[in-house]
Amino acid sequence: MRKGGGISIWFFVGISLLVNGVLILGAGIWEFIYPPANPVVLFRLHANLWWGAVLLLLGILYSLKFSPSRASS
Amino acid sequence: MTQALALVVAERLVHLSAVDIVIIAFYFALVLAIGWYLKGQSGTGEDFFMAGREMTAWIAGLSFLSANLGSLELMGWAAAAYQYGILATHWYWIGAIPAMLFLALVMMPFYYISKTHSVPGYLKLRFGESSRTLSSVSFAFMTVLMSGINMYSMALVMKVVLGWDINFSIWVSSITVAIYVALGGLRSAIFNEVLQFILIWAGALVIPVMGLIEAGGWTNLKAQIAVRASSEYTHLWSTLGSFNPMGIHWTGIVLGLGFVISFGYWTTDFLVVQRVLSAKDLRAAKMAPIIGGAFKMFVPFIVILPGLLALAVLPQKLMGEAAAVASGGHSYNEVLPLMLARYAGPGLLGLGITALIAGFMSGMAGNVSAFTTVWTYDIYRALINKDASDEHYVRMGRWTTIVGVLISVGTAYLVMSFLSIMDYVQALFSFFIAPLFGTVVLGMLWKRATPKGGFWGLLAGTVSSVSMWAWVKVDPTALRYVALSSDARDMAENMYRALWSWIVCVVVTVVVSLLTEPKPDSELVGLVYGVTPIPSEGNIPLWERPIFWGAIVFVVFVAFNIWVW
Repeated sequence: MRKGGGISIWFFVGISLLVNGVLILGAGIWEFIYPPANPVVLFRLHANLWWGAVLLLLGILYSLKFSPSRASS
Repeated sequence: MTQALALVVAERLVHLSAVDIVIIAFYFALVLAIGWYLKGQSGTGEDFFMAGREMTAWIAGLSFLSANLGSLELMGWAAAAYQYGILATHWYWIGAIPAMLFLALVMMPFYYISKTHSVPGYLKLRFGESSRTLSSVSFAFMTVLMSGINMYSMALVMKVVLGWDINFSIWVSSITVAIYVALGGLRSAIFNEVLQFILIWAGALVIPVMGLIEAGGWTNLKAQIAVRASSEYTHLWSTLGSFNPMGIHWTGIVLGLGFVISFGYWTTDFLVVQRVLSAKDLRAAKMAPIIGGAFKMFVPFIVILPGLLALAVLPQKLMGEAAAVASGGHSYNEVLPLMLARYAGPGLLGLGITALIAGFMSGMAGNVSAFTTVWTYDIYRALINKDASDEHYVRMGRWTTIVGVLISVGTAYLVMSFLSIMDYVQALFSFFIAPLFGTVVLGMLWKRATPKGGFWGLLAGTVSSVSMWAWVKVDPTALRYVALSSDARDMAENMYRALWSWIVCVVVTVVVSLLTEPKPDSELVGLVYGVTPIPSEGNIPLWERPIFWGAIVFVVFVAFNIWVW
């Protein structure tokens, strides 16, 4: 926000979505390969798989668009 | 045996996997990193207390909404939706949208042009020192109580959901908030609120989406609720003429909630107004509450809808806190975590829990940063140490943040003895907020209001509110006078009490003002409608004007209400 440089809040948001996306997508893939003994309701829809992927994509987008190196260049 | 089993189950709703714990830990690390990063940008009073007044409309708007997304939002209203049905949505629509638009389009110019740093600060400029002292002391008191409520609710949720020790949750979350607000001031609170806002949506959205799939869509959901509860649970207005699950008449909703409580909260509670005051210019300050309002309209999707879905899909019946403790069942307040545990597997569960923690922390940080500003500028600088350096006040701000958090922790332990947290919070609102709205709105729109009128109106309104509350506590039959019905629930009582105390405040302000000497017009420039030149927005296209977006939000708001009439 600071004039003359500084990291945008949207970059922090991007990093957060990116890390959460990787972790949730990873957990989704793991559960896809090794289905759990006590699955959640509607397990067949694999919510963590697609939701993790959406977060990861948004995270990549925001981290790149608001990256500090881009802002300062 | 079943009972023993139920008790064991009730002790912990979900089990976190390693990936969930990593997600939660990462959230705490990021929040602290933001505070640490912003440390260098909080050297002056303007930076620490006002975030440098350089926030864009989007950041100010999202943080305006996020600061309000405390414990009542996420847990309380999901519980209320389970208990009372869709009526709980009134707190998001009529109980917020008109007030947010009014703040943006009518009140914001005066707050912004006066360059005040707080709502009590505005009262000082408009009515003088005594009104400021009254409102800042009551605000500071209310804020630490709210913060304590927030903290206690969070700790309780963590205990029920994850089996975490209450003390551990209270101390870990409060120390984290204390660190990032003390380091980076309001800017750090706002940055984190925007992050928390995104995480709340990312984590909570899975419940309504999966829930609607399981229930088979909105129409099927309504049919199932009609069978399992009552068809009245899915109507917003059509039940308000007679009996309804909440025991409240439409006049209470429209006048008490839609007018007094909501306008009081969204336009004069410094916790939310402070976020908008940080905007970079008047246009951003006007757009911020409109953006907040646009998102507010959709919050029922992640809060109310899960409560309604639980009515349809949960195999067990939820009950009040006391009954739940006695029978080992689940209470209404657990509805959101129960629904989360139903649909969220590893990873998603961690994000959902992070969303809850984020909600609690944003509410707490909101309270703490508002408390810090009011204490430092409106109490300490006004009454105790008038002429210290800017540096001194910033140092005071940092220490007040820590002390404020400690007082909140103390309050959290106090609040444990109250059964119904929600109703208690509502009662607090109407003690202070409703009369304050009367004073501020008269001050902004009626130049004849005098300093004495403002002070005595505010005092009479606040005293009458506390007295009505005490009257019903001592003699429960008094409810038929205060809430117009001896069957009124607590929420209905709070709404009517807010309405009466607002009327008392307005009447006393008007009468005393007419009997006392008004301020000359020259002293009211920049503070009151009619003597303040409002800067023109210039020759900008229609779609860049706040009024255009305000109108769109209002049309969608009306359409939503008709949809679930």
